[in-house]
Amino acid sequence: MSILVNAETRLLVQGITGREGEFHSTAMLEYGTNIVAGVTPGKGGQAALDGSVPVFDTVVDAVAQTGANATCIFVPAAFAPDAMLEASDANIPLVICITEGVPALDMLRVYHVLRAKGTRLIGPNCPGLTSVDEAKVGIIPGNIHARGPVGLVSRSGTLTYEVVQAMTDAGIGQTTTVGIGGDPIVGTSFVDILDMFNQDPETEAIVMIGEIGGDEEERAAAFCAREVRKPMAAFIAGRTAPPGRRMGHAGAIISGGAGTAESKRAALEEAGIRVADSPSHIPQLLRDAGVR
Amino acid sequence: MKLQEYRSKEILARHGVPLLAGETATTPEEAGAAAADIGAPVVVKAQVLVGGRGKAGGVKLAATPDEAADRAREIIGLDIKGTVVKTVLIAPAAEIAHEYYLGLILDRASKAITVIASAEGGVEIEETAKVNPGAILRLPLHPLIGLQEHEVRRVGFFLGIPAGLRKDFATIMRGLFSAFVASDADLAEINPLVLTDDGRLTALDAKIVLDDSALPRHPDLEAMRDLNEEESSEIAAREAGISFIKLDGSIGCMVNGAGLAMTTMDLVKLAGGEPANFLDIGGGAKADRVAAAFKIILDDPNVRAILINIFGGITRGDEVARGIVEARAQLTRDVPMVVRIVGTNAEEAKPILAEANLITADSLDDAAAKAVAAAGGAA
Repeated sequence: MSILVNAETRLLVQGITGREGEFHSTAMLEYGTNIVAGVTPGKGGQAALDGSVPVFDTVVDAVAQTGANATCIFVPAAFAPDAMLEASDANIPLVICITEGVPALDMLRVYHVLRAKGTRLIGPNCPGLTSVDEAKVGIIPGNIHARGPVGLVSRSGTLTYEVVQAMTDAGIGQTTTVGIGGDPIVGTSFVDILDMFNQDPETEAIVMIGEIGGDEEERAAAFCAREVRKPMAAFIAGRTAPPGRRMGHAGAIISGGAGTAESKRAALEEAGIRVADSPSHIPQLLRDAGVR
Repeated sequence: MKLQEYRSKEILARHGVPLLAGETATTPEEAGAAAADIGAPVVVKAQVLVGGRGKAGGVKLAATPDEAADRAREIIGLDIKGTVVKTVLIAPAAEIAHEYYLGLILDRASKAITVIASAEGGVEIEETAKVNPGAILRLPLHPLIGLQEHEVRRVGFFLGIPAGLRKDFATIMRGLFSAFVASDADLAEINPLVLTDDGRLTALDAKIVLDDSALPRHPDLEAMRDLNEEESSEIAAREAGISFIKLDGSIGCMVNGAGLAMTTMDLVKLAGGEPANFLDIGGGAKADRVAAAFKIILDDPNVRAILINIFGGITRGDEVARGIVEARAQLTRDVPMVVRIVGTNAEEAKPILAEANLITADSLDDAAAKAVAAAGGAA
């Protein structure tokens, strides 16, 4: 098993005819993801990805015609909040938003509307997720993965790839890898994903990749101490980040002395989770924790 | 993006918050004229974005216009934590009976705009949080319906606003909220909000921090950016679409992705070096962006080596490698470069890098160690 997406997932892509949407949809299709529809307002009736995927004007139409049950959003930041609301309104239970630069006040409204409706939102400003050998949704390169027993959750993009590649090179495969996004307001937290991995029978161990800013890692540490008995390893980026500056990600900022890498590391270690000094040490920490 | 006090006050005034606005000046003569215009006594206040300007001698009282000009002469040109003061605000002096703190933040934990209030104003709220956390009220507002009247009353009662001024307080609280929402702020604070000796409430100082992601829809607010307060290299980076923050070390970093860029800095430090910058070149980077990044990094005379770390996903390794070689040929200053390219088309990148005699590394740990060694050797 895996979490969130699998071979049965019927994926819609919002913004499928755009440059990014088309490029990454092609890669998703090559990976074996079941893309059933695309949406680009005004291009309904066309077919995308060399004629293999029907395009609809609205998400409601796409769902009615194809039974899509998850969506991946590639539309520009100015239109992304509306795209998330449209997907939720059409009763799609899982929304993955890749778009970076969505204004935070827009995200506040979207977050609460989707939550009230019961829509699961991953992102925005995230690389998406991959259930290895089943479905890849988003922009994580497919070829870095290998099927195996470890679930991975991260706030980052390329840093996730770095860790996944290190694991794969060391012969440690993954169930699902999830990027939850680097914005201050994201739909799904570390705790949400850790809970899913904890309940997934196939996931035997968990890797968590955090970074400075906010207190998500501290909350995750408290949750793990309480609930998780599976082996874990972690990495926190930003030990050398200066306070008060946004480190690329809108959410990566040490403010008022809170959200430092040290406090996150201390919280994780107190919960019994070993924290690596370098991403390359993660495989060894997993081995030490008993991962075969 | 942080706004200067006088800009923050402009915005609050538009939303009906009563304040002692004053006038800005960039010369002692202008300051004297402004003081005469406003009517002394006045306060002369350095307009800088760093905290602690009062302690640094950036805020001074003046009893007459001539004194205001003298105080401005002292403050303009003053170095406050690395920022040289260019502009002062001349504001009417207030007789203060009490100081409150009133702020709104976008709180990521409660996922709501949250009121922060304290009857102990005039000091930084982080300080109050440390020494007397019980003196702070945190009130998350409903994300869809916003500030309600009962919440305004609750904050007013918590602060102990005098009975006759509750309506005035409500105007201020509502104005602060509407300013926050209208300008897509991350933070809007009035500190202090003062009760004057003659029984009025007024905003003595104000600070607004805007959400960078929302700036594209607020060109009027973008125009309030104070370029005097930014590193020239950071301005150049923003124009090139590169995320860049200058630091104090000697090893320049060029990385794709923010998390990996932070990690690269951390590993430089772990290897015994100091990073000179944070730099995320972004997804799908091509030769022109690589060239711009080199220029920005080498603009810093402290840089003695550059570590380039690219994990190819969308970004193709061979394209970056060619970009590096091309851009390097154009550079006026050369320093040792350690290049690590993995992922998409990394194999194709190898001969390109080898031919250009660049130091290469397979792992990030190895790349960091080589960069630290190269920086030491070049000193």
